[in-house]
Amino acid sequence: MTDNESTEFGSAGFGRSEIGSTEMGSAGFGSAGIESVQSFRQRARAWIAANLLPTDQASGYPSGPGVAARDEAAWQHARELQARLYAGGFAGICFPREYGGLGLTPAHQRAFTEEAVGYAMPTLLNIPTFSICCATILDLASEELKRAHLAAAIRGEEVLVQFLSEPGSGSDLASVTTRADRRGDSFVLSGTKVWSTAAYAADYALCLARTDWTRPKHEGLTMFLVRVRQPGIEIRQIRQVDGSSEFCQEFIDGVEVPVTDVVGEVNGGWAVASRQLFHERSSMSGASPYISGPHPGRDRLTSVRELIGLVRDSGQAGDPAGRELVAEYHGLERIESWLADRVGSAIRAGQLPAAASSVARLFSGEAITRRAEIALELAGPLAVMSGSTAAGAAAGSTSAGAGAGAAAGAGAGAADAAGVGDAASPAIAVGAGEPTVGVRFLARQGGSLGGGSTEMARNIISERLLGMPREHAADKGLPFNQVRRGR
Amino acid sequence: MRFDLTADQRLLRSATADFLADASSLAVSRALHAQGRSVDRDTWRRGAELGWTSLLIPEELGGGSVSGAGLVDATILAEEFGGCAAPGPFLPVNVVAAALGQASNAAAQAGLLKRLLAGEAIATWACCPPGGSWDPAAGAVAAVPDGDGYRLTGVHEGVEAAADADAFLVLGAVPEGLTQFVLPATAAGLSVEAMGSLDLTRGFGRVAYDDVRVGPEAVVGVVGQAQQAVERQFQVAVVLQCAELAGVLDTVLGFTRQWLADRFTFGRPLESYQALKHRFADLTTWSHAAQAATYAAAAAVQDAQPDAAQVVSIAKSYAGQRATDIVQECVQLHGGLGVTWEHDIHVYLRRATVNRVTWGTPGQHRRRLADLLGV
Repeated sequence: MTDNESTEFGSAGFGRSEIGSTEMGSAGFGSAGIESVQSFRQRARAWIAANLLPTDQASGYPSGPGVAARDEAAWQHARELQARLYAGGFAGICFPREYGGLGLTPAHQRAFTEEAVGYAMPTLLNIPTFSICCATILDLASEELKRAHLAAAIRGEEVLVQFLSEPGSGSDLASVTTRADRRGDSFVLSGTKVWSTAAYAADYALCLARTDWTRPKHEGLTMFLVRVRQPGIEIRQIRQVDGSSEFCQEFIDGVEVPVTDVVGEVNGGWAVASRQLFHERSSMSGASPYISGPHPGRDRLTSVRELIGLVRDSGQAGDPAGRELVAEYHGLERIESWLADRVGSAIRAGQLPAAASSVARLFSGEAITRRAEIALELAGPLAVMSGSTAAGAAAGSTSAGAGAGAAAGAGAGAADAAGVGDAASPAIAVGAGEPTVGVRFLARQGGSLGGGSTEMARNIISERLLGMPREHAADKGLPFNQVRRGR
Repeated sequence: MRFDLTADQRLLRSATADFLADASSLAVSRALHAQGRSVDRDTWRRGAELGWTSLLIPEELGGGSVSGAGLVDATILAEEFGGCAAPGPFLPVNVVAAALGQASNAAAQAGLLKRLLAGEAIATWACCPPGGSWDPAAGAVAAVPDGDGYRLTGVHEGVEAAADADAFLVLGAVPEGLTQFVLPATAAGLSVEAMGSLDLTRGFGRVAYDDVRVGPEAVVGVVGQAQQAVERQFQVAVVLQCAELAGVLDTVLGFTRQWLADRFTFGRPLESYQALKHRFADLTTWSHAAQAATYAAAAAVQDAQPDAAQVVSIAKSYAGQRATDIVQECVQLHGGLGVTWEHDIHVYLRRATVNRVTWGTPGQHRRRLADLLGV
């Protein structure tokens, strides 16, 4: 904040009540009042126009569809953009001031995100760095860790990820077997982690490990903040069905972590992991106040504008069935965001328990599935074949410029000829030679798995939101070293 | 259920909830239905004292909201009406009240507005043609100029509370375009015939105009320029019926949740079966989504947002579909009990089904949304 803005500060309507104490703590919200959303929005609009590039001029770096793997340059670009936001006073909008943020409300964040539409933003850092890892560190880590890592992330200097799942522990996360053995003022970690988004680009990871094998599974876990780039940690990227390789597997062998880098309590790691899972669900549904700019998961979906172009180009604009499908698609898109707002604000205000975040998560997973199906239905053969001559027709039609680009050329030349190179029109873009709508259909279950499966969401909704009986657990109360495990 | 109510709004809600629970229980509604009636005048008059008729009327005309956002306040009451499957011409009276109150010549109807406010008169909105269309603009009856007034000829169907109405807001087509008129039920040549209704608690009727003569004082707003006003009335109607659905869902999911806890099979409660837990989690999620869409629509129409028409159609297409899905799933969870006349769930299923179909089916709203999106 600069001095000349201080006169615009007002407390009207934007006090602490926007942000519940359970999630944010009371830090950073002084009684002096904060800048009005309107004033903040106006400053943001001017700053964005002067300092950020429109997405179509920043080509190459945004995470568009068909990007097989984000290279080092893309991550460097995200870090630089984040540093620019920080220098401009628009980074860490909902993080407290003493940790490098702005101490503002979700309404301010929403305003900024709305103003940043169409501009290149460091979206790679949204999930998991800010919305899961930093959010959890803010909630539960020591003062020293907060001061060191939150500020660094907000300045664009640190990328944080999660080391949670293991080859033998997915939905039953508390059964992890990565071990952490105490040695003096340190712990020594060994084990295997998997499904860690963006680990290859990370500086630090929140790593869940077992510190006591004689206690029941939830009571012998500890969360560590681990430096990722060091001997003893080997990272392998996993290639997905859609050609992406954001997920990684890590082999951890004898890595030493100081006791001061424990997040929360020793043997209290489950509380930390639960908090991460909550923030992860909020992230998946778009309810997190720590996401700035477009939701990074959404760029894997076909936009409704692309879909409308597709319907026109495939000659279905006059077909009531096709028109209804477009409307359904758009409705799901809007409702997903309204639902995330409804649930998110009710949780922050203490009117719903944190478990309610699973409602938004479940809707989101199901909506992604349905939308992928609708796009497949509307694209027809173009969804499953490359190189159709309809590509040329599409490029020449009036709707091509409106985001149609119904082309599926096999190579860069064909793509350019068909106008698919236009950044705004990858309805059926070239993704490693594969038609994008079809690939998105193949990969659609990812939306019901990543961030906790929708089956787990249904358990959480029925048990923790509605109070129905918990499922029988054969390992309940048993010392972990006596629990039966498969292989 | 809304989570973001102010203290005043909570008071508004609880006063109506308490009143309806007593004066408009399902037992009362069933008794009315057995007599072939749907509106109890005394109940309606007492409800008017709780604010049922004032929220969409400007303060200078005697109305007033509790929060400054009258339509949002009205959805709070509509939820209570849905939650009790209460009769009472809440939707048509409020649509007419909003139409008269916002008209450029509102003062001309001050007398009727005053009686509507007091709950002494019941008015309803007549604009749909016989048959399947719920597009209000397609239902205008012929209004032929006659001296300083007009002569109306035609028929409207699906008119809620027609048999109980003291006044009708009628959509007509004059040479200059769409025009709305206020007609008393006693107008010469106007006749009302009750239609059968799936809904136990709300009646519908056919209104026929046989060369009905109206004077210039009957015109609401500006002659030939009713199109925008009618669109807004349509939006208000859809928002209120979606809010009713939101209330239906809270009630039905509430008693079905209790049933799952109380009913035992094979020595354990239904709520302990994962298959049923997961289904109920789905129903809960759909219900929250339908409610989120409904509140978004209420805000969009309240604030006259540029995309209000789109938001309204998204809400209706989703809530209309999902509400009947959810209630019928709850019928299934009740087993054979759920398909008996004795059990209350069919009263809610009837309410939800009628709301799903009236003012546009989900499919019609998807097609309308496609038009609005420029597909």
